[in-house]
Amino acid sequence: MIRTLAVLLVFQLAGETVARAAALSIPGPVLGLAGLFVLFMIRPDIADRMRETCSGLLAHLSLLFVPAGVGVTAHLSTFGADGPALAAALIGSTVLAILAGVGAFLALARLTGAAEEPDDG
Amino acid sequence: MDEAVALWSYLARDPLLWLTVTLLAYIAAERLSEMAGRHPLANPVLLAVILLSAVLTVTSTPYGTYFEGAQFVHFMLGPATVALALPLHDNFGRVRRTLLPMAGALLAGSLTAILSALGIAWALGVRGDTLLSLAPKSATAPVALGVSEAIGGVPSLTAVLVILTGITGAVVATPMLNALGIRDWRARGFAVGLAAHGIGTAHAFRVNSTAGAFSGIGMGLNAVLTAILAPLVVALI
Repeated sequence: MIRTLAVLLVFQLAGETVARAAALSIPGPVLGLAGLFVLFMIRPDIADRMRETCSGLLAHLSLLFVPAGVGVTAHLSTFGADGPALAAALIGSTVLAILAGVGAFLALARLTGAAEEPDDG
Repeated sequence: MDEAVALWSYLARDPLLWLTVTLLAYIAAERLSEMAGRHPLANPVLLAVILLSAVLTVTSTPYGTYFEGAQFVHFMLGPATVALALPLHDNFGRVRRTLLPMAGALLAGSLTAILSALGIAWALGVRGDTLLSLAPKSATAPVALGVSEAIGGVPSLTAVLVILTGITGAVVATPMLNALGIRDWRARGFAVGLAAHGIGTAHAFRVNSTAGAFSGIGMGLNAVLTAILAPLVVALI
């Protein structure tokens, strides 16, 4: 577990360093994700050894957003009179973006023959 | 009574208390979510946030004090993002077969997220920097804040909008896509990740592991595309 955490932190740190040094708009952890993915492609055995801790961490991804979420309630008053309009924009736009994404994905999957994957739900 | 007050004022300033309360609130939220049969409205992030906000209000604890303890949980977001490399690796075969569908979904979803948010808010009378703060709301928080600042938005307002977008996506995705009869977990996950970033991805992992993997990819790619598209869209309008 400690080794896995160390590997994750090393890749995050490397990602942050590259993002800062190259002034990229991509967040450091996303670059770290890409770097670790490349390592997994070269050494799949490392992926297997990190599986338990990584899966445990991802299973509780929801927990990690809680502190930021509590911050939202402290700032709700900043919406002021725009509150209802912003709420409508958030809900409407999130629904439309999901529908657009799903629709485009399914249409292109059908065109490229990547559709009909067995459902292993 | 004075002793109790003294003890409370000591504990309330200590990170241990709020870290512990955060974990307990999350466990309670998970329980409630299970008791509600995993109803989408009983989203554990939403429930835990409501519980904790109530506790902070009742104890008149400022958010800054709370975050002293909660920051240890918050910090783990970085390593957890890096850990998304594992599901990406595990699903690489599927990912490679769907590069074109993902590219199309990314472009369609990202543009829709930006344009529809701006359009709806504008139609309802939102103007100025508040309107601009909405543009990057589907991107993951660090990217959205940077974009907001660059295009003349208010980063602190964008932070709130990003979190609310994530919760909205996590709550609406499952009932909506079930109602539409969409069973392709790749499409479902990818769309939720691009529209509702990490909170959507956390939800996707709870529903289906393939959906979670594709959601992580959608989140990562839309972080990049929003950073490119949002300034372009804002320059054009």
